[in-house]
Amino acid sequence: MDLLQTIVSHYNHWIIIFLMVSGLYIVVARGNMIKKLVGLGLFQTSVYLLYLSPGKILGGTPPILSPQFTVYSNPLPHVLILTAIVVGVATLALGLALVVRINEAFGTIEEDEIFAGEEDK
Amino acid sequence: MIAANLPALQVVLPLLGAVLCAFLRRGVYAWGVALIVSLAMPLIAIGLLIQVLDSGTISYAMGGWKPPIGIEYRVDVFNAFLLLLVSVIAAVIMPYAKRSVEKEIPSDRQAWFYAIYLLCLCGLLGMAITGDAFNIFVFMEVSSLAAYTLIALGRDRRALLAAYQYLIMGTIGATFYVIGVGLLYSMTGTLNLADIASRLAGIENSRAVLAALAFLTVGISLKLALFPLHVWLPNAYAYAPSMATVFLAATATKVAVYLLLRYFYTVFGASIIFQDLPVSNIFLILSLAAMFGASIVAVFQDDVKRMLAYSSVGQIGYITLGIAIANLTGLTGGIVHLFNHALMKAALFMAIGAVFYRIGSVKLDDLAGIGKRMPITMAAFVIAGFSIIGVPGTVGFVSKWYLVLGAFEQGWWWLAFLIVASSLISVVYIGRIVEVVWFRPVSAAAKRAEEPPLSMLLPTLLLVAATVYFGIDTSATAGIAGRAAEWLMVGVK
Repeated sequence: MDLLQTIVSHYNHWIIIFLMVSGLYIVVARGNMIKKLVGLGLFQTSVYLLYLSPGKILGGTPPILSPQFTVYSNPLPHVLILTAIVVGVATLALGLALVVRINEAFGTIEEDEIFAGEEDK
Repeated sequence: MIAANLPALQVVLPLLGAVLCAFLRRGVYAWGVALIVSLAMPLIAIGLLIQVLDSGTISYAMGGWKPPIGIEYRVDVFNAFLLLLVSVIAAVIMPYAKRSVEKEIPSDRQAWFYAIYLLCLCGLLGMAITGDAFNIFVFMEVSSLAAYTLIALGRDRRALLAAYQYLIMGTIGATFYVIGVGLLYSMTGTLNLADIASRLAGIENSRAVLAALAFLTVGISLKLALFPLHVWLPNAYAYAPSMATVFLAATATKVAVYLLLRYFYTVFGASIIFQDLPVSNIFLILSLAAMFGASIVAVFQDDVKRMLAYSSVGQIGYITLGIAIANLTGLTGGIVHLFNHALMKAALFMAIGAVFYRIGSVKLDDLAGIGKRMPITMAAFVIAGFSIIGVPGTVGFVSKWYLVLGAFEQGWWWLAFLIVASSLISVVYIGRIVEVVWFRPVSAAAKRAEEPPLSMLLPTLLLVAATVYFGIDTSATAGIAGRAAEWLMVGVK
């Protein structure tokens, strides 16, 4: 019963781990370059949750000082993750730009076909 | 005023330079800006190193916000040494860059190339100088995104694939790093490295902290191309423009090694890393695998840039071996090899870049007999190659000497034997190039070759001269590396 309680009360971690592992799996298992980037995005997004979920305190308010409130949520993770989101967007944009160029140069974005084509020469 | 703000200038100047380059649009002007910025960098780094050696660690509150709330730039003996290394390499390759970039990058993209190069420099220097865990991540991504773009600018279409693969691997590495930082943050509530270190006392063995250590180690190891996480490196170095290869090979992996040492020694503390956990054994095995595996693969490459790239993976093995030996002499050897490998690998890639400039190929067959056409460049290549092997009188010997001594101190005589044995493999691949270049009849491609312009030749010769000079007078490099190693060891809790 205790174990079950631990598992249920840490449900946010299970969601994070699920997203993280499935994102990483897509990156490794898929040969399509766009799908790989989607997996990579999922993997990165799971980390946002890893930061954000412990920063929220149940019953806490946004950190604006007021005599009515005594419990505040931690604002720092949000600031960090805003930065991380920007980094993630930049990475995705660069990755997609590369895929466009790869498609122009090789005529496909499937890794198997590209590597097969390279070996023929 | 300027002296007090040197830590900020070290990072802000390349950033502003990058913006300026992007606005200038003309390749030559952008090169001028990049040259001025790159030449200013070593001056700032020397200033910082002198301040640190005189008066100890500098703590600089970025934007006036006091640490640990604000972001702290923290300069100590170790990262002042690294800042100097990165900025000297950046300054030496700039005169070389002009002709090489004119040849390899389309004229409408040259200004962008220099802008991205300066961004990459900014990221690397930022990673080295900042004392804030999350700030390191931001600079890591600045430098990595710039590096992917630099690689993708290569003429060969396979450069795009290499950049894409590096992007996937690099982003996984960076994300692992953020996961590690996130776990540390949730355990300690702070992001300042010194602050994390002090708050970790007592909870070092909790599962979250160990998980953080694992994520950080794997993430950073991806960035430093530790065997077997190196698969992105050979293609990236082989197909990138010559100038980008020189710069990345000499600096990017070195900064990642620095990060690893910083986390191991100053954040987690050597006692957990090397006594409670088998980190030393893991690094020992992986380093040996790199030293032998990657070097053997290098022997069978027909593309000289790829061969040197695999050699880089092997040489990184020696640096991490210094970490694995984990005594003062071994660590000194690792740190001094960080510096030495940057010098000699930059010299080798510059010599090969000069060949590419003249004949447009780096295939081993096309290089046959080119020593007769480009004797000075190829002589420089041979001397730098000797340094990779570890011939006495070159820097490569100095670092291997310290590593062997460290191995003996640890009582691992077999390791000393393996270090020498792995050097013999580098004799084979360097020897293969030397044989083709000097003793074969001149190939059709090499017939057109002649010495590169002075702007390319002189920086190469300067670096080669440095590999010999620091191989004979070791007081400067090994001295500072020894002080840095001592400083890291004293930081042991």
